Parts: sequence; C-alpha cells; structure tokens
Amino acid sequence: MNSILVLTRMTFQEAIRRRIVLTGLILGILFLIVFAVGAHMISIEITRETLREGGAAYRNIMRAEMSNFLLMAGLYAVTFLSIAMGALLAADTLAGEINSGSIQTIVTKPVRRSHVVFGKWLGFAGLLGLYAILMAGGVVLIVFLQSAHLPRNILMGLSLIYLESLLVMTISLAGSSAMPALATGGMVFGLYGLAFLGGWIEQIGALVSNPTAVQIGIVTSLVIPTEALWRRAAFEMQTPLASALGMSPFGAFSVPSILMVVYAIVYLAIVLAMAVSTFNHRDI
Amino acid sequence: MSVPAIQTEELRKVFGDQAAVKGLTLQVEQGEVFGFLGPNGAGKTTSMKMLLGLVAPTSGTANLLGAPIGDLTTRARVGFLPEHFRFQDWLTAREFLRLHGQLLGMEARDLAARQEQLLERVGLSPFGNKLLRTYSKGMLQRVGLAQALLNRPALVFLDEPTSGLDPVGRRLVRDIIRELRDEGTCVFLNSHLLSEIEVTCDRVAFIRHGEVVRTIEMASLEKNLSRVTIRAAGLSQESILGLSRWGENIQANNGQLMMTLRQEHDLPEITRYLVAQNAEVYAITPNRMSLEEIFIETVGEDGGL
Repeated sequence: MNSILVLTRMTFQEAIRRRIVLTGLILGILFLIVFAVGAHMISIEITRETLREGGAAYRNIMRAEMSNFLLMAGLYAVTFLSIAMGALLAADTLAGEINSGSIQTIVTKPVRRSHVVFGKWLGFAGLLGLYAILMAGGVVLIVFLQSAHLPRNILMGLSLIYLESLLVMTISLAGSSAMPALATGGMVFGLYGLAFLGGWIEQIGALVSNPTAVQIGIVTSLVIPTEALWRRAAFEMQTPLASALGMSPFGAFSVPSILMVVYAIVYLAIVLAMAVSTFNHRDI
Repeated sequence: MSVPAIQTEELRKVFGDQAAVKGLTLQVEQGEVFGFLGPNGAGKTTSMKMLLGLVAPTSGTANLLGAPIGDLTTRARVGFLPEHFRFQDWLTAREFLRLHGQLLGMEARDLAARQEQLLERVGLSPFGNKLLRTYSKGMLQRVGLAQALLNRPALVFLDEPTSGLDPVGRRLVRDIIRELRDEGTCVFLNSHLLSEIEVTCDRVAFIRHGEVVRTIEMASLEKNLSRVTIRAAGLSQESILGLSRWGENIQANNGQLMMTLRQEHDLPEITRYLVAQNAEVYAITPNRMSLEEIFIETVGEDGGL
C-alpha cells in the first residue's frame, strides 16, 4: 500500500517538474479568460435584445436558456481538454519508462507491478481532478457571476465529465503498458473519434426516429462509453426547456440511461485490470 | 553452509524463434565476486534480467538467496545497477535516492543517513541537490551505483558498472566492489572490461549462446595457468621431452621453447634440470595467460557470432 502512495507522489512530482502542471495551468487560465470575455459580450447582447421585446417572464427564460447554452458549450470544450490531458498524461508513462529503462530500478524493488500501475493511476486521477476543478469550476463560476445561473444536478454532471476523463486516461494507461506512446495516443483518439461519431449518429437517428441509427450509437457506446457519459452529463445539467425542445449541439436528445454510467465504471475497472495484467507479463 | 546467492537450472529464454539464453546452469556463492563474461549478444543481459524478474524465463528455474526469482521479500535484499542506466532525470540525486529507498521500504531515518553516506562514498555530496538532468554520464553512473547499494544488499547485480566512467571513476567502482566483498556481499558483475574483471573477481563464467562454456577461479589463473618461454641452445630432443614432467603443451622452434607449467614454483627445478642437461640457458620468462587470451580461446575469434 505504501509503495502505491510513493509512486503516486512520484507521478505528481514528475508532472510538476516537467512543467506539465504549469503549462496546463497557464493554458487553462487563458481558456477561462477567453470564455469569460466571450460570455460577457454575449450576455450584454442578450440583455439588450430581450429588453426590446417580451415581458419579464420571457426575459428570464431567455436569459436562463442562453446562460445554460453558454455553460454547456464551455463544459463541452473543458471535457475535450480533460480527455486530451488524460490521454497525453498516461500515453507515455509506462511505454516511455520501459523504453528508457528507468522503470527497471523500480520494478526490481520489493514492489508489485500492479502497485506501479495503481500508483500512477492514482497520480493521474488526482491531476485530472485538479484540472477538472480548475476548468469546469471556472466555467461554472464565470457563468454564475454573470447571470446568477447555476445548472441543476451540477455535482452529478461534473462527476460524469470527470469520469469520462478518467476512462480515457485508463485506456491510455492500458495502451501504454503494451505499446509505444505514439501507438497508444493514436488508439485512444481513434476510439474517442469513434464514440463521437457514434454519438452523433445516435442523436440524429433519435431525431428522425431511425432505430438502426440509434442502435449503431448504442453499440459504439458499448465499445467506448465516453460520448455517452458526456451526453448523460449534459442531460443532468441542461434546463428542462432545452430537454423538452430537444437537440442542441452540446446537449442530449437521446439520453443514455444510468445503466450506461454503471457500464462505464465497470468498463474502467476492467481496462485497469487489463493494464495490470499486461504490465505483469511484460518483459522489460 | 549458507544457501547459494544465485542458483539456476537450465534457465532458458526464447524470443520468437531465437533462443537468447539456451540453458543457463549456474551457482554463485554468497560473498563471492562473480564475473559474467561473454561476447556481445551472448545473452548476458537477458540472463541478468531473468534473475531480477524483469524478463520471464521460457523454462527452467532459478533461486536468489534461496527463494524463487520474483519473491518480493528477497528483492529487499538485492541491489541492481542496470546497463545504460536511465532514471527520473527530473529528480535531484537526493530525491532520487529517497524515492528508491522508500520503494525498498527503508525506515526514514536510516534512509536519510544511508543516502548521505553513499553520496559521500561515490563523491557526489556537493551535487546532491542538483537535478539529475544536469549530470554527466559518469555522475549518473555513480548515483546509479549508490542506488544499488541503498539497502545494504546481500547480492548486487552490476551491469557494465564502469561504462561511461573515466579512470578515476573506474577505480572508485573497483574499490567499492572490494569493500562489498570484504563486507560479505555477493557481487554479480557483467562487464566487457576484462582488466576490470581480472582485478575484482573471485570466479568468472564464460557464456556463449546463453550457456556457460567454462568457469574458472581467478586464483587458479595466477597459480596454475602460467606459460613459460625458455630460450636455450644445445637441448636434445630427449631433454625437451623430459620437461613434460613439469608441464604440457611443449612447443619448440629455433632454440625457443614454450610450455604450460602445472605450478609456477617448479621453475627453479626446471632451471637446474636444463643446466644438468648441458643446455645453454639465455632466458626463462614466465608469461601468465591473461583473461583476454582465455576469453578468445574460450569463445573463439569470431566472438561466438
């Protein structure tokens, strides 16, 4: 147990020393500044538009809908950035250390190889958590400060986004236990693209009531449930009106069931177990 | 009698259809400094990696300090310096040693003291707070060696420990190996530098295609394997044959004789014999067979390719 924590701390220290944290922080703040300025401009424009027509009730609804739309757009971008972060953090970790040989003095210590994998996983999970708090928290705070709008089920929604980045990171870690970093990166983004495409086919299929298209989407979600997690997160956080109206580019029309969330968690556990098993049997 | 430090039985590793190690059977005693010699590609590093649990053997068995390879408690008593040693170069030398000590499960105060002691020993104390990224190759080799000795191991594997070191660094490694032997630590040394092996090892094994082809005691090299060149005139054929009671491999040409002695201290008697045979002796020169000559003789000029 202790060795897991030693390796978790090492993973954190590595991210700090190799300026990964600093780079993420600077770019993250830059992202939030751009988002804040953009949100502010749009908010001014909406206030002006809604003042011209309709009553107070209409104005409030419009403002809430627009704020939520902005929020979801921001969170969608944050989700993508978290996924990229998760994929890149983990892609080189085992592969790179096996390649350079620096793993040799670690796995010959009285440490189980599974503990090496768990230690790194925990380290990355912590880093992704901090990143999610900074980015998603920042987006939510900016929207709240400008329009006092808070999405419903916010904790559930943000947890699902975090789970999505954990899932991608775990797949990347598993890839890294078997393949070079570049191959792993290619595989992870390929799978992510597949899920993205499948998600859209499902959305449009649901809109035009084509059951085959919906099924294609569900099957891709089973192959890799990332996009399904995003859509569930969006469903949790979007306004009741947006749900009723249906499709928005950042929302969810065909809503994945809570069973899909359970599936994603089991999926993550299995992929992590595969990472351990591959690394256990790997000649280093 | 204590258990052997290393004991292997027909250890074998096959990559694809290529046998990197054909069948390694070996026994190394505790406290021994053991040299592992062989041409490039003879399976030395793969053998070492199997012993350390980095590479899984295809077949065969091996024990370290009496426990099967891969046993976690035994690993706490083993040290290892890998070849072309790379490391977490974003750590300072002190942090690097602390990390490895923690992975060894060392107690904090003991680790702190041991880490300073070793930095001092390998001459890196003034550079202990510098990032490893800024270290030269020789300095990295030294910090890697310190890492291998943190836990006061009963058995240390050193894979090319002097590569990248200047003569001063090489001497340091040699001295440390001697100290380890004096403390009763078993050292398993994999090196290309035969002169290194010659001065540090108690016993060496020559391997070729992943099999031990010959094991020799270094002490025997000094006592029994000397060849001697005799320059003398007027020796009859019988007198030459008479020399065979002290040695073998007698070659004669142009008044020059070469033979392998059984014992070096027969030389004075040989001299008396030659004089008694009325030979005119100009010179008797013992030439010890170097490890390099034995190496070439054992693995062949082709290097076992």
